[in-house]
Amino acid sequence: MTSPNPPTGPFPARRMRLPFHWLGILPFAVFVLLFLIMPTMKIVIGAFQRPDGSFTFQNIGNLFTPSILAAYGISIRISMASAFFGCLIGFGTAAAVVLGGLPRAIRGPLMTFSGVASNFAGVPLAFAFLATLGPVGFITVFLQTELGINLRMLGFNLLSFWGLTLTYLFFQIPLMILIITPALDGLKKEWREAASILGATNAQYWRMVALPILTPAILGTFALLFANAFGAVATAIALTGSSLSIVPILLFAQIRGDVLGDPHLGYALAFGMIAVTGVANTVYIWLRARSERWMR
Amino acid sequence: MKRFWAWGALIIGLLYFILPLIGMTNFSLKMRRGVYSFDAYAKVLADTRFQETFTYSVTLALLTILVGVFLVVPTAYWVRLKLPFLRPYVEFVTLLPLVIPAIVVVFGYIRLYNTSSWLPLTGTALGTDVLLVAGYTMLALPYMYRAVDTGLRTIDVTTLTEAAQSLGAGWFTIITRIILPNVLVAVLSGAFLTFAIVIGEFTMAALLNRPAFGPYMQVLGANRAYEPAALAVIAFAITWGCLGLIQLVSRFQKSAQRPV
Amino acid sequence: MSFLTLTHLQKSFGSVKVVHDFNMTIDKGEFVSFLGPSGCGKTTVLRMIAGFEIPTGGTIEIAGKDQTHLRPNQRNIGMVFQAYALFPNMNVFDNVAFGLKVAGKPKNEIESRVKEMLKLIHLEHLADRYPYQMSGGQQQRVALARALAPKPEVLLLDEPLSALDAKIRVSLREEIRQIQRHLGITTVFVTHDQEEALSISDRIVVMNGGKADQIGTAPEIYNRPATRFVANFVGTLNVIEATLVNGATGVVKIGEELVSLPQPVSGKADGQSISVAFRPEAAMVAGPATGPAALTGTVMSSNFLGSVMRTKVDVGGNIISFDIFNHPSALRPKAGETLSLTLQKDGLMVLGD
Ligand SMILES: Nc1ncnc2c1ncn2[C@@H]1O[C@H](COP(=O)(O)OP(=O)(O)O)[C@@H](O)[C@H]1O
Ligand SMILES: [Mg+2]
Repeated sequence: MTSPNPPTGPFPARRMRLPFHWLGILPFAVFVLLFLIMPTMKIVIGAFQRPDGSFTFQNIGNLFTPSILAAYGISIRISMASAFFGCLIGFGTAAAVVLGGLPRAIRGPLMTFSGVASNFAGVPLAFAFLATLGPVGFITVFLQTELGINLRMLGFNLLSFWGLTLTYLFFQIPLMILIITPALDGLKKEWREAASILGATNAQYWRMVALPILTPAILGTFALLFANAFGAVATAIALTGSSLSIVPILLFAQIRGDVLGDPHLGYALAFGMIAVTGVANTVYIWLRARSERWMR
Repeated sequence: MKRFWAWGALIIGLLYFILPLIGMTNFSLKMRRGVYSFDAYAKVLADTRFQETFTYSVTLALLTILVGVFLVVPTAYWVRLKLPFLRPYVEFVTLLPLVIPAIVVVFGYIRLYNTSSWLPLTGTALGTDVLLVAGYTMLALPYMYRAVDTGLRTIDVTTLTEAAQSLGAGWFTIITRIILPNVLVAVLSGAFLTFAIVIGEFTMAALLNRPAFGPYMQVLGANRAYEPAALAVIAFAITWGCLGLIQLVSRFQKSAQRPV
Repeated sequence: MSFLTLTHLQKSFGSVKVVHDFNMTIDKGEFVSFLGPSGCGKTTVLRMIAGFEIPTGGTIEIAGKDQTHLRPNQRNIGMVFQAYALFPNMNVFDNVAFGLKVAGKPKNEIESRVKEMLKLIHLEHLADRYPYQMSGGQQQRVALARALAPKPEVLLLDEPLSALDAKIRVSLREEIRQIQRHLGITTVFVTHDQEEALSISDRIVVMNGGKADQIGTAPEIYNRPATRFVANFVGTLNVIEATLVNGATGVVKIGEELVSLPQPVSGKADGQSISVAFRPEAAMVAGPATGPAALTGTVMSSNFLGSVMRTKVDVGGNIISFDIFNHPSALRPKAGETLSLTLQKDGLMVLGD
């Protein structure tokens, strides 16, 4: 765009205006650079450096130990499961309310509650679940003393894959509801009517019209919920202490006290987290581009 | 039949969301053996650590809101007015914090701004506080930007600006006197949400070693039985309050916009 | 031979009765318009025919088969909506193919039928376009093709032209009518635009407050409106006060002039005052070639509209509109002038209520 040796003179006004325009977003650009991009780049670069600064793949290679791989595995599975069920249940709820399976009157309260619950993550959420389903939680105790059911004997443990997933759903489902409700509102009544007068069953309408239209929104929310769960540190730590070995807990411990004895392994761990959410979002963008050819 | 299933699912859903809330409330009231009491709350509220950390977090939340507003409003406005082709990119950047985990970002801070770096922010308490506010601003950025940008969409930025300019207003006047009041509700919504996010934030504060409310709750949770439940109830009430305020201001806007 | 029969059709939403006792038979291949002001229940009747609303009472029959309680996808009906309602995720081809696909038609049959339909609407070259890439007029033609592709027995159009601009509105309505004739499909066309209804319909149903006030051909509706509402709603109507001289012979006194109406007047006593209505074209400027002047008044305005000058004259407090044909030497009345008018006797109407 810019010529190597700019001509002097002919368009002075234009050359004066251009920098001024760009000046307007300078504060934002600098701030984001300083406090988001550069720190992230520091991690990415550090993951490929020896302590002396030279290039290496060794840190990444060091991730491939059984215990770290297992941590990534369980983290990914928890994130997948909580994103999947969050999307499914959240979608079902929103669809029931928007499309009339449930009275519209509960819509307002549902949206308000979803706003609250989707932000009620972290330490207090863990406390709430501990007080409910933890070893001395009131449901655990109630089932034990009143009905003689021992949850632990049945294999349920809050500090486990399913326990964490169940806890995460408390903010995942409402988040899905918040995001997908406007998308469902965007489905025009006429599309459904046009489909049905053309002979389509309800299922055909959903398969051929409604779901394809909603796909970008659903995929986007899934990617968001995945990242949301994958990066959730506070809930996990407050819930499990450090008894469950998932990536954010591992990284937290590493940053706090270098438990792995190798600072650059910390970079690699963090880089791995970015890589996972990055891949998830790349897949999302790719799928979205495919499902969205018809959009402006 | 369809109705039956819809209602059945709704009831299960309600139980799932209400039982933990009942659980924590119930637990928070059981400190004294055999009877319900507010002992846990009394104990928590009397704790000086609680008072200190809570005050600290409130202060930080307010600072974050301030920084966020002064960063986001002019930027969103400017992008809409003068650099509309940049909008997709700016939007993309504002969504990044949803994708890059906070723990990674704060790890980057610790390594980038340590005592031996070019900008040794972590060397002093004040410097670390600056970092923490910056981090919180990033956490809140997606919500703040979206709220403000949506607010700007409902007003005609270009016309308002040109009208103000034709009356001789400068940029500062335009932004503070024309744009800000028009997107006030959006800004307030973003601000309350920011408050809700920041007040109980754990990861960044803990890793930067600042005496914030989130880490305090976590430490208490590891060592006590009933007080954490009381804290959870308080935190839930704060979140509910913030979201309630958002509803309130947006309802206020709707009634204000209705022609007499 | 009636094809689509609506018998005692009624619809209430809650306690509000929106359609009262609607009766109508439509012949095979007929093009019928529902004309009426917004909110009079046109859409509701149409939606009952389509099956989107269940009638509170009455029956709907198509080709002798009761349809009243069939679901929309069990009826064989095509519908075109005001806002096009094309599926945004499908291109033109897939939109038109939708009805055939869900009917499980074989691929080659779908393809040839879609091509045939696109040819009919002259959009073969846009088969790959998505709705957002087309103009409103193009989208509505695709919607028409989509509705016709599964060979419906009845075609319903709900104000299909309202969202388009004036030029396209006229050309598309003619295209719709031509396609309808070509296919011979029984069609119900809803509109609130009288010109639209008058210009393309075999018959028109003028609706008012949930009832059919009058059903008839365009000339019938225009020339012999059955009610005051129809007369007012369709075309421009002038109303003047007259005195009934002799009801049995239909003689009234307008101004100082005795005029005998085309039909006798009943229900009023001689000597009473009576409202007489007429269309603009029934009035003309009095001159040597015309009969004696019936009315004299002051010109309020005269607007040049091209082929005519729409002129308004205040006759004793009643504003009379009429047209003066334009030609280079035509009279051009000015506001404030006094003007005498004669009335064509057979254009005079006495309206029931
Ligand atoms: N689903 C509905 N619920 C309640 N009232 C309705 C509904 N649909 C239409 N109405 C009312 O019925 C009347 C007729 O509506 P409609 O058939 O759409 O009129 P038109 O198409 O002639 O403009 C209107 O007063 C409208 O408010
Ligand atoms: Mg209508």
